[in-house]
Amino acid sequence: MHTQSPHDDALVLYEERFNSRFLLGTALYPSPQVMQDAIEAADCAMLTLGLRRQNPGGGNADGDGDAFWQILRESGCHLLPNTAGCRSAREAITLAEMSRELFDTPWIKVEVIGDDYNLQPDPFGLLEAARELVEQGFKVLPYCTDDLVLCQRLQEAGCQALMPWGAPIGTGRGLMNRYALRTLRERIDVPLIIDAGLGAPSQAAEAMEMGFDGVLLNTAVAKARRPAQMSAAFARAIEAGREAYLAGLMERRQTASPSTPTLGQPFWHATP
Amino acid sequence: MKASDPMHEITLSLNGEPARLPEGTPLTQALEAWGYGERRVAVAINDAFAPRSTWPERTLGEGDRIDIVAPVGGG
Repeated sequence: MHTQSPHDDALVLYEERFNSRFLLGTALYPSPQVMQDAIEAADCAMLTLGLRRQNPGGGNADGDGDAFWQILRESGCHLLPNTAGCRSAREAITLAEMSRELFDTPWIKVEVIGDDYNLQPDPFGLLEAARELVEQGFKVLPYCTDDLVLCQRLQEAGCQALMPWGAPIGTGRGLMNRYALRTLRERIDVPLIIDAGLGAPSQAAEAMEMGFDGVLLNTAVAKARRPAQMSAAFARAIEAGREAYLAGLMERRQTASPSTPTLGQPFWHATP
Repeated sequence: MKASDPMHEITLSLNGEPARLPEGTPLTQALEAWGYGERRVAVAINDAFAPRSTWPERTLGEGDRIDIVAPVGGG
């Protein structure tokens, strides 16, 4: 990894190459046009989207599903359907199967929620769903906590990339547990994408500097005063963080060390 | 499955709301009648995925729970 130049530094997920390390969500935008502009500015690897009940009249929780779908298709981005809101492995598996047919894609972000307060992934249901979906030939990207053993089990289940949370969904708190995340980076050798909880481009850059392979976010862009400008800012932060990781960060030190040479310092005279 | 009587109506749940249909209606026809027609949707019956290829053959029964979903924004 360290020897690659940024120019041939593609993100590889399930043997597929992506020229961006930014995955963007498509919820919560003030209008379809604003979303479209944010997508363009992001130049992202994938767009996430969901499935919700569509009422006979044509409307659903997000207005007109067909119009929304049209915008995503025209963006030319890869689509990453999610199983958001599912409470059990069974629900997530069924929704994944529905997504595969509807979007004609094997990609799935598997989400099994275990608690309403922090929308924390249910590790047990998640692992069960991931096993079954990998078996069925899905390209599973599990939304998981930063628990090392869970991530190891997901990897053993055949997940070729994992998406640990930075912080709970929609909180914008950044990387809450750096120790756990650094441990994951040390111990897990499939691509790791920080999913959820990022609120600022600096937090995305930090994740990339730590060696994470990509970043998935939604609220920070959709709820910005100017979403397109914010998505451009995130795109640059993600690139900058990645380049910094490849360049190799200096070690932290406790004591100061002058950068300008001390040899030849004027006004220093041996006391007569 | 018992012989269908087109005059007999069954009650089922469509996206959580009660709906009525003549007994033995194929799913394809039910979707048409409910206004889904050519819309981009996926279907689950009693919490199990019902692939599009099975719709013409699939008939609905009393008390079936139908979920019909379409794309929405998601994170």
